[in-house]
Amino acid sequence: MTPPSEATEQTPPAAAIRTRKLNFWYGSFQALFEVDLEITAGIITSLIGPSGCGKSTLLRSVNRINERSGDVRTTGTIEVLGHDIHGERVELARLRQKVGMVFQRPNPLPISIRDNVMFGYRLQNPANSRNKSEQEEILEGSLRKVLLWDGVKDCLGRKATSLSLEEQQKLCIARLLPVKPAILLMDEPCSALDPQGTEAVEELIWELRGDFNILLVTHNMAQARRASEECVFMLMGRVIEHAPTVEMFVTPRNPQTSDYIEGRYG
Amino acid sequence: MSRRHAPPRAERKPDRRDLGWYVDKAVEVAVFVGGVSAIVFVVGIFVFITREGLGFVTGPFDFRQFFLSPRWRPTSEWNPTYGILALFAGTASVTGLAMLVAVPFSICAAVFIGELTAGRTREVLKVLVEFLAAIPSVVWGFIGLSIINPLIINVFDVAVGLNVLNSGVILGLMAAPIMTSIAEDAFRAVPETYREAAEAMGATRWQVTYKVVIPAAKNGLLAAVLLGIGRAFGETMAVLMASGHSINLPTSVFDSVRALTATIAAELGETAVGSDHYRALFTIGIVLFLITFAINLTADLVIRGTRRKE
Ligand SMILES: Nc1ncnc2c1ncn2[C@@H]1O[C@H](COP(=O)(O)OP(=O)(O)OP(=O)(O)O)[C@@H](O)[C@H]1O
Ligand SMILES: [Mg+2]
Repeated sequence: MTPPSEATEQTPPAAAIRTRKLNFWYGSFQALFEVDLEITAGIITSLIGPSGCGKSTLLRSVNRINERSGDVRTTGTIEVLGHDIHGERVELARLRQKVGMVFQRPNPLPISIRDNVMFGYRLQNPANSRNKSEQEEILEGSLRKVLLWDGVKDCLGRKATSLSLEEQQKLCIARLLPVKPAILLMDEPCSALDPQGTEAVEELIWELRGDFNILLVTHNMAQARRASEECVFMLMGRVIEHAPTVEMFVTPRNPQTSDYIEGRYG
Repeated sequence: MSRRHAPPRAERKPDRRDLGWYVDKAVEVAVFVGGVSAIVFVVGIFVFITREGLGFVTGPFDFRQFFLSPRWRPTSEWNPTYGILALFAGTASVTGLAMLVAVPFSICAAVFIGELTAGRTREVLKVLVEFLAAIPSVVWGFIGLSIINPLIINVFDVAVGLNVLNSGVILGLMAAPIMTSIAEDAFRAVPETYREAAEAMGATRWQVTYKVVIPAAKNGLLAAVLLGIGRAFGETMAVLMASGHSINLPTSVFDSVRALTATIAAELGETAVGSDHYRALFTIGIVLFLITFAINLTADLVIRGTRRKE
């Protein structure tokens, strides 16, 4: 990746993700407006706001997966750990291994549990350079990390799509780990799960804090409050407020934020 | 529905024979006749062919000779033999070669159309493929005769260019469009979320295709191949024109062969109704019918199996 734009800056970047004047269009529809954001490294940041305000769009800009949608346009910059992700020498594959994503609906591939977990790893390491025992270690480590190992260790050849939704979502987190991502983007990772599943996955996300920089989109105020250290509030494609979670929920600075938190936007 | 909402008795007189009633009845009868006649025709055709053809059940043919002898000499004065082995080998070799051509061709085309293009380009290409599928088989036969024939003679320095190679290539090109279309449908049926998931893990377009999309679509692809085989197997006019139409157990792609279908087409008009030769041709018809039926049924079951799993 290209070096950070300010070459004079010597200290390691404190921000995991930094956007400057980020604008984003789907065709002629502008979904993000002048987004300036610094996501602090090493913590969980939650992203809240009413439906359609651009949370997913912002998240999907960070691993550039929204370029799949075809007719889209971006202006401004996004830096991940100090590197401009739109730089000319950026490889999309590398970027997406560094910036893992968990989707709203669990989306394991229709292959075995083992192959799901090792999918990213195998993309990165061509067949002849793989070490069997090392692979087994990585597989076990990743599944242990998401508290899935004991449940599936005897059926690693089973199709991943046959697991329960909660297990599927955990698997979708596990399969990001073998390529050692720095950032995890999670787009409402619990919204398809039942209350127990939600609790289990939330707990897991909390466990992962510290090892990864986590950006978590949620519709659920209680979840944002429980599960994050900082909070970003968005409205109609703009960032309205970014503050420590406790502060935002107790003393929001912007009246629009307090309206939303108190449930006036629905 | 609750009884209270039923209209009062007076309005429910069922037999008000106004115009609407007649139109209704007419459409009903037309649909019924159409549906039943389709079934009647299929059954009728099958019964007719069976009655005319089952020679070795009702008549003079020997089951073993019919299937295992390569000698098809129906017009021999003193010892006519009716062995379809060579004809079968002709059909099989041509179909086999056709699949060697058509399978890679159509799957690549489907990957290109379904995975690597989007929007307008994709629609245009799809229409183009369907257009190719509509080229009449006699035109393909014509291409075999007048383009590929001299090409084979020049390139491979052989005496005759009407052979397994020629007809296999022609049939492959003929079967490819419909196979492409079905394969592309199979790719389209793979949920977008799989592609997105794989791409989000850093897979390139190409890796997504061969690691995710093709495995997920494999039943549909199998069905495409089976239907392609059925198409090539049953094709008549193009093979008749491009295969050389001489009875042979082929040992190389430069041998001329004769196909089952082409034999029927070429000979049926010259036989006396009810003769042994005539019935032998109908028996070939039954064999073709059963084989294509089995192929199509398998393809259908494969597709159905895929659907059930979703
Ligand atoms: N592929 C697309 N093409 C066109 N417009 C889109 C596309 N995806 C999203 N949009 C629009 O962009 C805006 C922001 O969408 P986005 O999905 O980012 O919202 P969100 O905050 O994630 O909403 P939700 O809470 O419902 O998930 C919406 O108005 C949406 O209609
Ligand atoms: Mg969203």
